[in-house]
Amino acid sequence: MISRTRIPRPPRNSGKRSRLPAAAVLALACGLLAACGGGAAGSAGKSITLYSGQHPQTTQALVNAFEQKTGINVNVRPNDEDMLADQILTEGSRSPADVFYTENSPPLEHLQELGLLSKVDPATLAHTPAKYNSPQGDWVGVSARVSVLIYNPALIPASQLPTGILQLAEPKYRGKLAIAPAETDFQSVVTSVLRADGKTAALSWLKSIKANAGSHVYPDNETIAADVNAGTVAFGVINQYYWYRLRAEIGAGRIHSKIVHFAAHDPGYVLDISGAAVLKSSKNQAAAQKFLAFLVSKQAQEIIGNPAKSISFEYPIASGVTTLAPETPLAQLKPYPITVGELGDGIAAIDLLREAGLL
Amino acid sequence: MAAPPALATPGPLQQQPPATGAPAARKARLPAALIAASAAVAAVLALPLVFLLIEAHGAGTSTVAGLVFRGLTRELLWNTIRLTFVVTVLCAVIGTAAAWCVERTALPGRRVWAVLVVVPLAIPDFVVSFGWVSLWPWVQGFRGAVVVMTLAVYPLVYLPVAASLRAADPGQEEVARSLGTGRVRTFFRITLRQARGAILGGCLLVALVLLAEYGAFEILGYQTFTTEIFTEFNSFSLTSACALSLVLVLLSLIVLAGEGRLRGKGRVSRSGALAARQLSPHQLGRATIPVLAGFALLIMAALGVPVGASIYWIFEGGTHSLDGISLPGAAWQTALYGVGAAAIDTAAAFPVALLAVRYPGRARNLLERSTYLVLAMPGVVTAFALSYFTERYADSFLYQSTPLLILCYSIMFFPLALVGVKASLARAPVSLDEVARSLGQSKLAVLRRVTLRLTGPGLVAAFCLVFLSVVTELTATLLLIPTGAATLATQFWVYEQNVSYGQAAPFALAMIAVAAVPSYVLGRFFDRSAHAQR
Repeated sequence: MISRTRIPRPPRNSGKRSRLPAAAVLALACGLLAACGGGAAGSAGKSITLYSGQHPQTTQALVNAFEQKTGINVNVRPNDEDMLADQILTEGSRSPADVFYTENSPPLEHLQELGLLSKVDPATLAHTPAKYNSPQGDWVGVSARVSVLIYNPALIPASQLPTGILQLAEPKYRGKLAIAPAETDFQSVVTSVLRADGKTAALSWLKSIKANAGSHVYPDNETIAADVNAGTVAFGVINQYYWYRLRAEIGAGRIHSKIVHFAAHDPGYVLDISGAAVLKSSKNQAAAQKFLAFLVSKQAQEIIGNPAKSISFEYPIASGVTTLAPETPLAQLKPYPITVGELGDGIAAIDLLREAGLL
Repeated sequence: MAAPPALATPGPLQQQPPATGAPAARKARLPAALIAASAAVAAVLALPLVFLLIEAHGAGTSTVAGLVFRGLTRELLWNTIRLTFVVTVLCAVIGTAAAWCVERTALPGRRVWAVLVVVPLAIPDFVVSFGWVSLWPWVQGFRGAVVVMTLAVYPLVYLPVAASLRAADPGQEEVARSLGTGRVRTFFRITLRQARGAILGGCLLVALVLLAEYGAFEILGYQTFTTEIFTEFNSFSLTSACALSLVLVLLSLIVLAGEGRLRGKGRVSRSGALAARQLSPHQLGRATIPVLAGFALLIMAALGVPVGASIYWIFEGGTHSLDGISLPGAAWQTALYGVGAAAIDTAAAFPVALLAVRYPGRARNLLERSTYLVLAMPGVVTAFALSYFTERYADSFLYQSTPLLILCYSIMFFPLALVGVKASLARAPVSLDEVARSLGQSKLAVLRRVTLRLTGPGLVAAFCLVFLSVVTELTATLLLIPTGAATLATQFWVYEQNVSYGQAAPFALAMIAVAAVPSYVLGRFFDRSAHAQR
C-alpha cells in the first residue's frame, strides 16, 4: 500500500496550465518539494489510483501481488470509505480515482445509484456468486464478514447471552451491552431488523438498545472488541474478524473473550460484503478492470483467505477459495437472507438511528 | 540583538496613546499595500465558509431545519458548550500558571520544563485519548473529554502567555513592588493584566479548536456537534454536513464576540522597547516542592500517559507483516509540510496583525476577526472546500499535490499564527518606529530593524503553534496528501486501523520527537533573546 514514497501524480490536463506564470512557479515549488520528499520516479508503465477503505494490510498484500503479476502500478489512497465516497462526489468527473475498494457494500451502492460506476466486466462478476455482487453489475463482491456477539465469560455466562438480535433490547442487559452505531457493520444489522420487523418495531428496539448500552456506545468495533476483552463491558455486537485481529495482535494468551453466532437466520446474523468498482470517470478503464478481475482471482482470494499472508480474517467468496483461518467456514454460516441490494446504501438505517438518538 | 542603548533603558510607566485616538493622525497614510495584503489573506481564509454556504444552499432549507431542530441537537449543543467552557477555563488557569512559573520564578530546571510543557500540543488528541482509555477505561464521556482535551490544548494558552510575559515590561511590576504592593496583588493587578491579551487570545484558540475537535471525542464516546457532522459525512450527505458546520460557525461567532467584549479597550504597552530584561526571578521558597510536584503531575498526565501507552504497545503489540513507509520518511514529510505551512502563516499573519494593531477601525477589525472563523470548522471541511474549488474553477490543477496540502494547512491554522503575532505587535510601541523613521531609516528598514525584532518572540511562537498543529492533522491530510506520500499521523492511523498498535506506537513517539524540536528551539530562543537584552 503506501509503502513507497512516490512523486505526486502530475496534474491532469497539464497542457492547460501554462497560462498562469504564478501557477508555473507553484508547479516548480511542487516539484522541488516532491524532490525533497525523496520519492522515486514512477515507472514508465501504466498506473492506476485506488481509493481504498479496506483494511490497509489486506489492500497492501493484494496490491503487491497485482503489481508483480501485471506490472501495473497501483497508487493507494487509504481513508474511511464514506469519506472516500464523499470525496469522489466532490471530485466529480475529474476524480483521480480509477478503482474504489470498500469494506462494505453501502458506499458502492450509493455511488451506483448516482450513476458514477462503470459496468464490471461480466467475466469478473462470474467469479463471485451472484448473490454477493451488485444486482446491477456495477460492483463486484470480493470478501465477506459476519456479525457476531463478542462476550466476556467472566462477566456473562454464555447461557445468559441473547440468541436473537431483538433480545438485546431486554431490560436485563442494561449496562452490559456495547454497540458502535456509527459503524457500517452495525447499520447493516439495523437495515436487517428494519426489513424483518418493520419501522415501528425497529425504532422501539433501537431506543431500548440505547438505554441498555448507556455509556457503552463506542466509536468503532475495535473498541468494542478491546473493551469486552478487557472486561470493561460484558458483551457487544461486532463483525467476527475484529476478534481474530485482536487475537493476532495481543496473542491468544491475553484473550479473555469469546465470540458466538446468533441463532440461524436471525436478523442479527448478517453477512457484510466487501467489494470493488471502477469509476466511470476513470481514464484507465482497462487497467482498472484488470485490477477488479485480479481481486476475485484464485491468487487474490487465497491471499485474503490466508491469515499468514494478509491477517485479514475475512472470508474469501470468489473462485471457490475457502478460508484457512480457524473459523466457522462460510458454507456453514446461516445468515439472515437479506440481499446486498436490500442492504442498499444504508441511509434508511442511518435515519432510524438518528431518530433513536444514536447518531 | 544589538539595541540602541538609549532605548534599552526601562523607562517609567508610559501608557501608549489609547487605541482609538492614535490612528486618527495616521489614517490618511493607511498603507494600501497593507490593506491589499490583509484583504487577500482574508479572502483565501473565507474559502471554506463560501463552500459551506454553497453546499448548505444545495441541501435546501427543510433538510437543514430538520437536522438542526431535532432532539439530539439540543443535547449536542449542551455537550459542546459545557465542554468548551470548562476546558477553556481550565486551560486558562493551567496555561497561565505554568507560564508564570517558567518565566518569572526561580523554578529549578525551568529550561527543561519550558520544553516539556509545550510538547503535549503535538500529541494527536486521538493518541492522548487512546493512551488514557487503554490505561483507565473509565476515562470516558464528559469527564474523560475534559481531562483529555485540557491536557491536549493547554499549550495554546501557555505559549502566547509565556511569550507575552517574556516580552512584557518588568518595570511596572518593579514599581508596584517598590510601592509596597504584595506579591499576590502584584500578580493579579499587574502581571495578569499585562498578559491579559495573550490569555484571552489563547482561550479564544482553545474554544475554537474544541468546537472543531473530532478524533478524541470519537474515542471517548462523547458526542458533540462536530461528531454529528462526521456522522453526516459518513452517510454520504456532504450537504447536510456542511449545513451543520454552519452552526459551528455561529457558535464561533459567539465565542469571538465574547472574547472581544472581555478584551474591551484594555491595552497594554511597554515603555522602553527592548526593555525585555528579566525581573530578578521570584524565589519560590517553601512553595518549590509543591510547584515542582504540580509540573511533574502535569507532564506525567499530558506527556507520560501517551508516551507510556506507546512504549507499552511497542513491547506488547504484535508485529504484522505490514511494511509501511519508513519512519524517517514520514517524519521528514511531516516536518516539510509543517515548516511550509508555519512559514506561510507567520508571514501572512504579519500584515493582518499589523493592520489590526496599528490601524484599528471597524471594517479593518472585522476583516481581522473574520479570519478566526476557520479554526472552528473541522479540517476536513477546508479540505473538501479546496477539492471543490480546484475541481470547479482550476481544472483540478495541483489537486492532491504538496502545495495544495500546505495551503490547506495554512488556511486551517492561520488563527494560531495570528494570535502570536498580534500579541507581540500590540506591545511594540509605534513611537519607536517613528523615532527610527525620523532618524532617516527607510520604511522597509524600520520594518526589518525595529518592528520585526520587537515581534520576534511572537513570530517564533506563531511558527511553532502552526508547526505543531500540522504534525497532528489527520482528516484533511487523508483527503489532500499526494498519492503515495504519508505523514506520521496518517501512518499512525493506518496501523491503528489495523489494530497493529505495536506498529502504530513508534509513529506516535516520532510525532512527539518531531514536536520537541520546535519546542526546544522556542525555549532557547526566549532564553537567548532575554539574555542579549539584559
